[in-house]
Amino acid sequence: MSEAMDIKPDAQVKSARAETILYVDGVSVTFDGFRALNNLSFYVEPGELRAIIGPNGAGKTTMMDIITGKTRPDTGDVLFKSETDLTKLDEADIANLGIGRKFQKPTVFESHTVFDNLLLACSGGRGVFKALFHRLSSAEKIKIEKTLITIMLDEKRDELAANLSHGQKQWLEIGMLLMQEPELLLVDEPVAGMTDSETEETAKLLRTIAKEYSVVVVEHDMEFVRDLDCKVTVLHEGSVLAEGRLDHVQKDPRVIEVYLGR
Amino acid sequence: MTDYSQKYQMTPVVGWLLKDRGGMILLTILIAAAILVPIGNLLVPETSSFHVPTWMLSLLGKYLCYALLALSVDLIWGFCGILSLGHGAFFALGGYAMGMYLMRQIGDRGVYGNPELPDFMVFLNWTELPWYWYGFDMFWFAIVMAMFVPGLLAFVFGFLAFRSRVTGVYLSIITQAMTYALLLAFFRNDMGFGGNNGLTDFKDLLGYSLQSDGTRAGLFVASCVFLGICYIVARGITQSRLGKVLIAIRDAESRVRFTGYRVEYYKLFVFTISAVMAGIAGALYVPQVGIINPGEFAPALSIEIVIWVAVGGRGTLYGAVLGAFIVNYAKTFFTGVMPDFWLFFLGGLFIAVTLLLPKGVIGAVPAFGAPDRQSILSSMRKRLSAGGKA
Repeated sequence: MSEAMDIKPDAQVKSARAETILYVDGVSVTFDGFRALNNLSFYVEPGELRAIIGPNGAGKTTMMDIITGKTRPDTGDVLFKSETDLTKLDEADIANLGIGRKFQKPTVFESHTVFDNLLLACSGGRGVFKALFHRLSSAEKIKIEKTLITIMLDEKRDELAANLSHGQKQWLEIGMLLMQEPELLLVDEPVAGMTDSETEETAKLLRTIAKEYSVVVVEHDMEFVRDLDCKVTVLHEGSVLAEGRLDHVQKDPRVIEVYLGR
Repeated sequence: MTDYSQKYQMTPVVGWLLKDRGGMILLTILIAAAILVPIGNLLVPETSSFHVPTWMLSLLGKYLCYALLALSVDLIWGFCGILSLGHGAFFALGGYAMGMYLMRQIGDRGVYGNPELPDFMVFLNWTELPWYWYGFDMFWFAIVMAMFVPGLLAFVFGFLAFRSRVTGVYLSIITQAMTYALLLAFFRNDMGFGGNNGLTDFKDLLGYSLQSDGTRAGLFVASCVFLGICYIVARGITQSRLGKVLIAIRDAESRVRFTGYRVEYYKLFVFTISAVMAGIAGALYVPQVGIINPGEFAPALSIEIVIWVAVGGRGTLYGAVLGAFIVNYAKTFFTGVMPDFWLFFLGGLFIAVTLLLPKGVIGAVPAFGAPDRQSILSSMRKRLSAGGKA
């Protein structure tokens, strides 16, 4: 009896997996009795720009933690490029697979220059002895130069990261993600604490980046999400409440009730 | 490949050494001391005011060993944020390895005249040498062990601690526990390391009497040389990309992980190197002071090392060397003049440095206090223009 029933969902899962870069299915996690994620499922297609919104405590950061290996789910599957099971790997493994993560609070290496921050994030050579004998190659230098221009920090290259403004630190961190040559970027509240013009610049930056990479953005700021002009997933109490274009989602009565209406 | 990278590949070591002003000053002083102090001791007649008395030579040699120990702590604390409060353990283990060789060198000149067994073993009625004393009659073996044993302990300890992500104050506490456990173990006579009394009554090293001025001068030169070599190695590590990763770990460990680095391997590497340096310092120290006992494992001593580094200036390497000299000279002075006040002075010094000189004594020197040349130049310009206006 069970065989016949098992085949069907399995086949569905397989077809959904086939063209995803990130596949999250039935993920639940509980901290001390608090259910942070409750049967969370969604998937992201290659090259997609996706915004994830939701009120505080909806599980957005926990979801990031699970995808990047910081937290292990109690149940559920998390697949990268339809094949790699992320729940079995640690942070460094996942980063080297090509998943970059930007923290909510800008986290850069403050005692290093902007240039060195990008150098450290540069893909390749993560081994201890490789790092000990590493010499800057011209290819790496060109790559860093290119990223400096993309993140609008070319003039600040020799400045210590500690001396950057809040917004510039956010850009530097995004630049560090680009240096890792990721296939999927997870960006947690990139415009928190930014000025309006910085917010606009950041939206432009992310849209440019999304042309080359798959990007998942977690954000509170509705204006900013509108600027991103992409598919939106609404989280609530650890699971997906609604999904679609922002206009469509904003009309959903359940969304209005839990989040937008308030 | 461009000219840019070729230039860097041709002269990597010389290039960064020349740019390291504090390091150049330190190495110059070490070379000068290694030549002038032995000459002043051996060749200049005692009546001359340039004569260096033997006690001073030995004292300076001892300070050099402490300086190397401070350097090893600064490498992990200043650059990777690993606050080890148990580094005295690695120092003492290196010292014991050298002490075992010196014990075997005594041969049948001990009180009991046993050619094979050290005096304390005869006293305990042991009939044969324990297996772990084998090989220590060979100098090279003792030297290798003085580096290998502390290195191995640091590797195993670090592997367990860093893999479990023990950091911050918790790591400091377990390093204290480690050195305390070793203190208790080495106090036991059954351990076979001389118990409470430790190893002493050494006669000679490689056939040269430890009491002769020539041997003492040789040990002084060796201390200068090893401090210089270890400084260059430590500076090389901190200058490399690996060194940049270490500083990144100190400042934002999780960011380093999410950037794809295995933080635990980096910590393990630098912790082990640091322990090996501490072991070398211990091996140089023991023949110069003539004794090694479990007191060297005392947790308080390990804390004192951290104070040397803090006083000198954390995260500079040469600051640690300076700090070791300042604090130990003060210790020699105070314990001679008013021994009761030494600990009050040490505590006061630590508080004063933390409050008034957060970057240590080195940080108070304008040329070294600023983090890079750019800000030195800009602050100089500011001062100049302010002076011009006034």
